[in-house]
Amino acid sequence: MRPTDVSDPHYYHRVVDCQWGCPAHTNVPEYIRLIALGKYTEAYMLNRYSNVFPGILGRTCDRPCEPACRRTRLDGEPVAICRLKRVAADLRDDVLELLPRIPEKKNGKRVLCIGAGPASLTVANDLMPLGYEVTIYEALERAGGLMWNNIPQFRLPPSVLDEEIDMILDMGVDLRCKHEVTSMAAVLEEGWDAVFIGTGAPKGKELDLPGRWEAAEQINIGIAWLQSIAFGHIDSVRERVLVIGAGNTAMDCCRSALRLGATDVKVMARKPRPLFKASPWELEDAEEEEVEILENHSPSRYVVEDGRLVGMEFEIVRWHEPEGGGRLKKEVLDTRIIPCDEVLLAIGQETAFPWIERSIGIEFNEWDMPLVDRTTFETTRPGVFCGGDAAWGPENIIWAVEHGHQAAISIHNHCQKTPVEERPAYGQNLVSVKMGLHEWSYSNNYDEAQRAEMRYADLKERLGSMAVEAELGFDLERACQEAERCLNCDIQTHFTDQLCIECDACIDVCPLDCLTITWNGEEAELRARLTAPAFNLDQPLFASGPLPHTGRIMLKDEDLCIHCGLCAERCPTAAWDMRKSELLIPYAGLAAGSQHPDRRGVGVAG
Amino acid sequence: MTYIPKPRVRHPTLPTNALGLTRRDYEGSMSTLCAGCGHDSITAAIIEAAWELELEPHRVAKLSGIGCSSKTPTYFIGAAHGFNAVHGRMPAIATGAEAANPDLTYIGVSGDGDSLAIGLGQLCHAIRRNVDMLYVLENNGVYGLTKGQFSASADVGSRAKRGQVNRLEPIDPVLLALTLGGTFVARSFSGDKAQLVPILKAGIRHRGFALVDVISPCVAFNDHEGSTKSYRYTRDHLEAAVEADLVLPTAEITASYDPGAARAVTLPDGSVIRFRKVPDDFDPSDRDRTYAYVRGRQEAGEIPTGLLHLAPDAPDHHDFLEMVETPLVNLSFEELCPGADALEDVLAAFR
Ligand SMILES: Cc1cc2nc3c(=O)[nH]c(=O)nc-3n(C[C@H](O)[C@H](O)[C@H](O)COP(=O)(O)OP(=O)(O)OC[C@H]3O[C@@H](n4cnc5c(N)ncnc54)[C@H](O)[C@@H]3O)c2cc1C
Ligand SMILES: Cc1ncc(C[n+]2csc(CCOP(=O)(O)OP(=O)(O)O)c2C)c(N)n1
Ligand code: SF4
Ligand code: SF4
Ligand code: SF4
Ligand SMILES: [Mg+2]
Repeated sequence: MRPTDVSDPHYYHRVVDCQWGCPAHTNVPEYIRLIALGKYTEAYMLNRYSNVFPGILGRTCDRPCEPACRRTRLDGEPVAICRLKRVAADLRDDVLELLPRIPEKKNGKRVLCIGAGPASLTVANDLMPLGYEVTIYEALERAGGLMWNNIPQFRLPPSVLDEEIDMILDMGVDLRCKHEVTSMAAVLEEGWDAVFIGTGAPKGKELDLPGRWEAAEQINIGIAWLQSIAFGHIDSVRERVLVIGAGNTAMDCCRSALRLGATDVKVMARKPRPLFKASPWELEDAEEEEVEILENHSPSRYVVEDGRLVGMEFEIVRWHEPEGGGRLKKEVLDTRIIPCDEVLLAIGQETAFPWIERSIGIEFNEWDMPLVDRTTFETTRPGVFCGGDAAWGPENIIWAVEHGHQAAISIHNHCQKTPVEERPAYGQNLVSVKMGLHEWSYSNNYDEAQRAEMRYADLKERLGSMAVEAELGFDLERACQEAERCLNCDIQTHFTDQLCIECDACIDVCPLDCLTITWNGEEAELRARLTAPAFNLDQPLFASGPLPHTGRIMLKDEDLCIHCGLCAERCPTAAWDMRKSELLIPYAGLAAGSQHPDRRGVGVAG
Repeated sequence: MTYIPKPRVRHPTLPTNALGLTRRDYEGSMSTLCAGCGHDSITAAIIEAAWELELEPHRVAKLSGIGCSSKTPTYFIGAAHGFNAVHGRMPAIATGAEAANPDLTYIGVSGDGDSLAIGLGQLCHAIRRNVDMLYVLENNGVYGLTKGQFSASADVGSRAKRGQVNRLEPIDPVLLALTLGGTFVARSFSGDKAQLVPILKAGIRHRGFALVDVISPCVAFNDHEGSTKSYRYTRDHLEAAVEADLVLPTAEITASYDPGAARAVTLPDGSVIRFRKVPDDFDPSDRDRTYAYVRGRQEAGEIPTGLLHLAPDAPDHHDFLEMVETPLVNLSFEELCPGADALEDVLAAFR
């Protein structure tokens, strides 16, 4: 193996599994330490710097960081990263003073965002402080996109949503509501310096089975139905409700139905539970509220009698994996009619671009999706960018935010006449956390410790109204207990090969058998002859240069390191040191490491 | 010294031995020695050997004298018996304990000061008696615990940290044991577990006194330039003369037929020590030749290591004393102390 280059910011970044898993690369361990220190405002601002909507995301994020979390490999359950984020948002002070200052003198560039979802709002958030004039055209009556018109209030209170959206709009964004764009050509005529398409995937999928159109008012498309609730157009539902689909939209539909008065709500899934799209915690929350979830039920027709929907027929199925892989094959075992009074369809969303003319240089692919560059977010028409759900179909808020950041970088490049392909580099700070002979500036609890449980509003009270927030958030005791579970993966074991005397102290003391001194070889072969063989190929192997005494090399399997610091504590020569790595992320107009406006006055922890 | 308690968590794939124990179950409390001390590596090697041999922790007795080295039994096999004797007196305690209960596995740990200065006489007699135990001499050339004075194993010309040069002839434990008829004599290096662990295992299995002299650099007082017991000096002068490993009777013994093996010796318990590499003309059972060989290599500036001498079938302590079969601890009070009448009979036999 060649010696690992730890000066590449992405090596240590990858060790911080949560941050690596987060699309926006939120510095999770640092904000968790800030929470442990009671610095909630700082923790909030550190979050805002990468993910823009900490209060919203602290309640609703899809949490790709959590399955990635190192703690899972230790005791089976990730750190409750998302819920700790909410703690920072709930307990912070007023942050208005800490928000970026907006220059009075504008830079003369006018940027249009179409749609006011999280993707567009992030673009505005990044460009306004640079002096851009940003306008948003939004079809509906207010900003927020699906965050306000689909995510129900019992998961995301309007006050939280409004406050974080206003932080951006109050930068002076020119928001034009009820301004649906019906012709892209016309918009381009308006002479913007750049245009960002952030219109989401607004079309709910149809399930056109026999009977669909005979009792149409009893059958609704989930996202349109949720939107009508948000608008106040719907405030009741029939008694027995079937929700078709097992994704997160289905979960919001079934839980909303309960709150609007349904007495019997079933979620009908075609596939078995392990294949459900819904997050495990959403499934648990729905079941806690006594929603019944049935798997392996494939809908075959709507049962309509005398013009009234009275039930739905399902095939009871079993799924087989075809030999040699490929799509699962369905075997029908039986059919069954389940009575109901209303059906909600939650089987997916699509993008729709009837308003973009196909003759204006924006090319579409065979699925009628615009061709968008994965790095620059530029369409095939220079100066027109696209991100969020509009780019490649439905994702989630945190991806929309990251798309927004990247698109903002491109828009800035475009307006400054820099090629959009020229991406600003990431950087890294690396600082020893040694405080004294045996003192390190961090602590964690690496023995098995249960993940803290969420507190919920009383079930009855919760189901009484759409407006009662179901989750109450962690109290301080739980927050501190959970913060200690974080292993501080950014406190890196940093090795200096020229200092090592090959005393074996680190090898002997490492509780997880991460370290090996041996003769160099090919990586695959080395992985097999480590102190503990390392077969998790997702996790890197660190290799040092030749050690001065024997020419052997030091190897470290990053997989199970708990960052306890014992190797550094035991090393007589400080060849191992614990150093905090900070990934420096570039944003539009801000090179990595330059003072980000959100980080003014933000102290560091650890 | 380490202040972070060692986490209980362990690698999920850590293997277990026949007793269902992992290597971690053979650990003791956290070491308080200086970071990088060779003694800690030897502790790790003892843990590995005990785990591999599937020793039942409660059937092990750990004994030591005084010194940093003598502190280390606290750091391995926490569930074993232990006795921390006064300075240099561990062999006497071990001899007594082993006389009373030969069924336990005895692991003695001592230092070059403890064994070769104040306790030299004790060590000599334990070797002569062939007490059935593993005796690990953690040899750093200094009195570590009392801040680095030269010990009796310091080489002529070796320079202390403060600059003094040793002029006294060293006592070499390997040569000493060969002189006294030691039945298992080995030398190794704390920084070479691949060699050390099999030697420790063989020493535990050997019936009789197994002396293992382990060069064990003292990072605080004897790891500087001019020291002849530093990591650097030892690595530069070490000569792994003999490579041997132990094959347990439970494992399929192909050792004697292994063409790569220079020689195989069967121990009384049926396990086999397989010599993989020996110098030309070398015979581990010929103590005179080994003596000459070791002296010769030392004259040439080398430190020959490995299992250098082995006499597996020599009479041990119990044979010399013609002890009863049943361990003394298992005899009743009446049998051990049959009373005044029995004494009269014995005395009568001498009249
Ligand atoms: C029921 C449901 C629940 C969800 N829950 C979560 C969750 O808990 N966590 C999570 O991370 N994600 C969740 N998502 C997904 C998440 O909401 C979206 O991925 C995210 O909002 C996408 O952001 P966006 O900015 O791309 O678009 P959107 O949020 O969809 O915003 C697009 C905006 O563009 C406007 N628009 C559309 N067309 C035009 C036009 N022609 N002219 C002008 N304006 C237009 C729309 O009115 C809308 O306001 C959920 C989605 C649904 C449907
Ligand atoms: C009777 C007696 N004399 C002297 C001492 C002081 N003393 C403690 S340890 C030690 C030497 C230990 O040297 P060594 O056995 O080599 O152990 P190391 O610390 O080097 O491992 C001495 C002289 C003592 N404890 N008891
Ligand atoms: S333990 Fe902490 S730093 Fe490590 S992956 Fe989990 S949340 Fe991130
Ligand atoms: S910090 Fe060092 S000792 Fe602790 S688990 Fe990681 S490599 Fe092992
Ligand atoms: S403890 Fe330090 S000097 Fe000893 S082997 Fe490990 S890195 Fe090298
Ligand atoms: Mg000593």
